[in-house]
Amino acid sequence: MNSDPLVIAGKTLSSRLIVGTGKYANYQVMQQAHAASGADMITVAIRRVNLTDRSTESLLDYVDRKQYALLPNTAGCYTADDAIRTARLGREVGLSEWVKLEVIGDERTLFPDNAALLEATRVLVQEGFVVLPYTSDDPVICRQLEDAGAAAVMPLGAPIGSGLGIQNRNNIQIIKEFAGVPVIVDAGVGTASDAAIAMELGVDGVLMNTAIAAAQDPVAMAEAMKLGVVAGRQAYLAGRMPRRRYATASSPPEGLVTGR
Amino acid sequence: MRIILNGDSYDLAEPLTISQLLATLDIDPRGVAVEHNLLIVKRVGFDSTEVRSGDQVEIVNFVGGG
Repeated sequence: MNSDPLVIAGKTLSSRLIVGTGKYANYQVMQQAHAASGADMITVAIRRVNLTDRSTESLLDYVDRKQYALLPNTAGCYTADDAIRTARLGREVGLSEWVKLEVIGDERTLFPDNAALLEATRVLVQEGFVVLPYTSDDPVICRQLEDAGAAAVMPLGAPIGSGLGIQNRNNIQIIKEFAGVPVIVDAGVGTASDAAIAMELGVDGVLMNTAIAAAQDPVAMAEAMKLGVVAGRQAYLAGRMPRRRYATASSPPEGLVTGR
Repeated sequence: MRIILNGDSYDLAEPLTISQLLATLDIDPRGVAVEHNLLIVKRVGFDSTEVRSGDQVEIVNFVGGG
């Protein structure tokens, strides 16, 4: 356990990186990527059991639940009711109160429907869920979600699966400044520097799936992301130097050997 | 008798408990959640909850996602 853990709703995570289980070429690669990422929480989706092909392997055969906490999501839900229903089902599968709450408002961007998200958060918090809502990078909705009882807020860095990196650094910083719960940048990271930038903004963690799963070498990228998150966190804690418009020499101006 | 199972119609010879239905479908009850007529069935209720003609059953599990 490190000396700077991420604590959400009283649960201590040694890694500030949360990773997904989607889009991998196969479960073996996913398992290796999870190990390389150093993450101790992973997201899963909730779907109907495939009744026609019972030979397909189960995801849970490749996830050691002693090592990883599962965070079921409500991805694909477009109404508060569907998200609530899916969250309840996820609780029964995983026997855990934790949910990554998604209520999608638009098919092309997968941006959240924040009004429905807020409504679903209220209901699920009332039912004892630990709710981690995926939301817009908007400080106002993040504060409303926190007031509704969210255990963390998870603003997007960019559209899900886009790999565009953190689009609105200023908003992410304001969200962090306002928040009394952990802030996890969820979605939009494309490569390790994006993860580092998110962490340098001061957020508490980063959640990603596609950036690792869709890399040419997912296992190597998982390790790069681990290092990016650690580097960004450490740089944030170290406190960066002020930005200046012009140069200031690093070497002393005196004692220069010059002329003939 | 016919039920709606995961959105599709499904034929059963006779009423079954959730446990019997899962066994028929070769599904390990530990990895799934079951909804019966829109109500969650806790795992302890799998043996006592009976599925009858016209009932709607959803069986879900975890799959890869972000």
